[in-house]
Amino acid sequence: MNGHNIMTTAIENNIRLLEARKAQVQTKGSEPFNIACEKQSVAGSVSQRACVFCGSRVVLYPICDALHLIHGPIGCASYTWDIRGAVSSGPQLHRMSFSTDLQEKDVIYGGEKKLEKALLELIAHYNPKAAFVYATCIVGLIGDDMDAVCRRVSAKTGIDVIPVQSEGFAGSKKDGYSAACHALDTLVGTGDTSTIGPLSINILGDFNIGGETWVIKDYYERMGLEVVSTITGDGRVDDIRKAHGASLNVVQCSGSMKGLARMMKEKYGTPFMHVSYFGIEDMSRALYEVADHFGDKDLLKRAQDMVRDEVMRIMPELRKIRQDLQGKKAAIYTGGAFKAFSLVRSLRTLGVKTTIAGSQTGNPTDYKQLAELCDDGTVILDDTNPLELAKFIQETDTDLLIGGVKERPIAYKLGVAFCDHNHERKDCLAGFEGMLNFAREVHGSLCSPVWKFSPFRQKHKETTEKQDIFKPKATYIPTNVVRPGETSGGGGETKFATLTIGATEVAK
Amino acid sequence: MIVPEPAKSDHFTATRNACKMCTPLGACLAFSGVEGCVPFLHGSQGCATYIRRYLISHFREPMDIASSNFGEHAAIFGGQTNLEQGLANVIRSYEPAVIGIATTCLSETIGDDMPMFLHQFTSKYADPTPLPHLVHASTPSYSGSHFDGYMEAVFALAKTLAEKGQTQATLVNMIPGVVSPADIRHLKDILSDFELDYVMLPDYSERMDGVSWDDYQRIPEGGTTVDELKSMGSAAGSIEFATTHHKSQTAGEYLASACDVENHRMDMPIGIAATDRFFDALEKLSGKATPRRHQMDRGRLVDSYVDGHKYCFGKRAILYGEEDFVIALASFLCEIGIVTVLIASGGKSGKLLENIERVMPDPSVATVMDGVDFEEITDAAMDMHADLIIGNSKGFKLSQKLDVPLVRVGLPIHDRMGASRIVHLGYQGTQYLYDLIVNTLLDVKQRTSEVGYTYI
Ligand code: SF4
Ligand code: SF4
Repeated sequence: MNGHNIMTTAIENNIRLLEARKAQVQTKGSEPFNIACEKQSVAGSVSQRACVFCGSRVVLYPICDALHLIHGPIGCASYTWDIRGAVSSGPQLHRMSFSTDLQEKDVIYGGEKKLEKALLELIAHYNPKAAFVYATCIVGLIGDDMDAVCRRVSAKTGIDVIPVQSEGFAGSKKDGYSAACHALDTLVGTGDTSTIGPLSINILGDFNIGGETWVIKDYYERMGLEVVSTITGDGRVDDIRKAHGASLNVVQCSGSMKGLARMMKEKYGTPFMHVSYFGIEDMSRALYEVADHFGDKDLLKRAQDMVRDEVMRIMPELRKIRQDLQGKKAAIYTGGAFKAFSLVRSLRTLGVKTTIAGSQTGNPTDYKQLAELCDDGTVILDDTNPLELAKFIQETDTDLLIGGVKERPIAYKLGVAFCDHNHERKDCLAGFEGMLNFAREVHGSLCSPVWKFSPFRQKHKETTEKQDIFKPKATYIPTNVVRPGETSGGGGETKFATLTIGATEVAK
Repeated sequence: MIVPEPAKSDHFTATRNACKMCTPLGACLAFSGVEGCVPFLHGSQGCATYIRRYLISHFREPMDIASSNFGEHAAIFGGQTNLEQGLANVIRSYEPAVIGIATTCLSETIGDDMPMFLHQFTSKYADPTPLPHLVHASTPSYSGSHFDGYMEAVFALAKTLAEKGQTQATLVNMIPGVVSPADIRHLKDILSDFELDYVMLPDYSERMDGVSWDDYQRIPEGGTTVDELKSMGSAAGSIEFATTHHKSQTAGEYLASACDVENHRMDMPIGIAATDRFFDALEKLSGKATPRRHQMDRGRLVDSYVDGHKYCFGKRAILYGEEDFVIALASFLCEIGIVTVLIASGGKSGKLLENIERVMPDPSVATVMDGVDFEEITDAAMDMHADLIIGNSKGFKLSQKLDVPLVRVGLPIHDRMGASRIVHLGYQGTQYLYDLIVNTLLDVKQRTSEVGYTYI
């Protein structure tokens, strides 16, 4: 089905767009593309966004030898306790949830004393390399001078105690990213860089969900690069301190770490580039572009060899999966827009077409790029909500939703397959093996036999699709998830010359 | 690893791995038990999103919570404009019958005058189309936990909607507290078996444990209707499971004082003694003897107590969760010979200890801790030689550390399926818990034996 006749098969529904939301929804190809974004969420719309605090917390959370203390009432800390899939190869301190748990009297008389006491005790006990203190909404109101408390505690304990100005109401998740970058900026530049060589990088903006940073780091190291610090996946305070010693910042996820990259460029002249590690195309491009940056033939050669090997390893299985998925339609809703680009491409690799693409925090440039990437008829959404997602999933007759836990019930209730691509997931979806995991997850959900019982499908899909939904269509059953460092069990022979996706550069 | 074994004597000002959630979460859960109700948080966006995600992970159901989405301006100048816009937009997109409005720490701290705001909103917009009912619960999280927020919302629903009327002899208000959807379904069955009409406050048994849909539902079906809530004031009596509630009045007490509806306030019916008290109240209200099927349930429960008594006797258990819940569980464990060595809650009503002393024949065996977090529970549990931990899934690390099995009950359960379908209450719920507990003990016995008995 192409974009042209999507509306003719639309499933009728009674969901209306709010007037105030209309400018943030557009269909590719229908009018001059000019989507509104970077706005405060409309009051009363059930935005899928979180808050400034959430933005900061996501970014700094994986620094596993630091203490993370949330200054505020208990909820903000409770709901972020060990929910993320960011793993550590050593310390596990980041997985603890510390809160000042403000009580009524603190709200009336101020929470500074409690904060100071809490910090001193925790630092004495857990002996962290540094401490981050997050301001939540209420702290912005009761007027606690967090900076002063942090300075005092820092002087007393001898470790960096860094305030993160992340009052939830003071902007959006993006402002939280920038607060986190400012916090990191205070650490960078304080370590010894004398042993760092010229072929060195920092990995910025990967959070080691399901071990992804390890996968990426391994690629770069196999190319012959020195990885000075990973910010913040499996992050360590001392590595971050010497990040300015690296020759290049490789930044994933434009939103969260651009700020730090910019600051480092200004202060230390460290150049940066944007990459993405999702999908064969973007992953390969990242490695080549980094190699290009250094203009080093050996680096490039090793990158090419590695890409070829890795792609050959996963291709046979991807091809089988693609046979089952060809022609399916997917909706994508991500936090940052950058990831959406990669997902559109990754899905294309699998023969899946994108019908809806949106993000919580994209900017005009992001959305322009996203629209260019998508086919005509694709619905582009900024800061959407459950009702809109449900509406467009029905109208575009979408088969698969890629999003986070909050979006999952929408998919499932509508008999739509689902893939979790958020920070809470536990599986590695980055890199080449990640692509295979992604394909398997998408395949496993789309081809599951359970959908035949879905009342929604029974009612709507038979009439809109010329296929027997009661017959499970999976021709291929994969066996296991690939963990970092493992090889795929795919099997089957492949001729490299027949690869058409993402590997064209390699074939040369 | 940098996390050292904490010294037992350490006191921490900070809360470490909280054993509670925040008040608005409880309020949102309660509001979702009203038909056509959209929960609405007056405050910033983040709280609503976090709470949604937390509840969705437990119930695996859609959970739309609107928010007035405070920005800096609202935080400084007050949230009236945001509230009005937010309500108007919720009305436009959801066409709700009720909006359940809970405040957050933020709007409470800036002191938004909610009754006035809502009054002004109503007078501004009520004409020509009737507005949904607006029910407001004051839920600052700096006092209380999700349990208090839940009770507050239940109270607000009764207070806002119940109307005093001609007493209907067979009508009973059932106010169960924080329970699972399956518990609510079970209570409804029991009430029906006594041929009683009832108003369940709240009833999220369908919405939070729903069927697969054939069409998208903006507000998932199910829940107690506004008309039913109105009729609470004319019930012959209320049965309320509420032990430790410490603020203002409970919903049942309110209905008693404002509408003369007799309140039967009791512990959650877990275990035989507590469930007997519940059935006694039902017999009294209905004028009927306990139906045979429930007598049979009770009989089977007693029979199984006997069958499994040797596996339980002297075993040591750790309990944590909402205060009302742990009190009920402690009372049940005493019945089967399990020694509860530690009873802990993140809640702090000040009434936990006295109630434990009331329900346990020998409370001296138990350490009772309220207002604690998981690290304090862990510190206390280290040398207790427990055989069993009973509580929500957040105790998994405790269970790992002690190498003691965790029996998952209550809220939240984020690492297993079926949390909504656990029955905790009544003879049937007790039976389920009993079997689960005994089988967990048997599993340990089997797995730790070198012989590997297949016949125990
Ligand atoms: S600010 Fe209050 S209401 Fe919001 S999440 Fe934190 S504790 Fe809960
Ligand atoms: S109180 Fe503020 S910081 Fe905390 S979760 Fe809510 S919006 Fe975020």
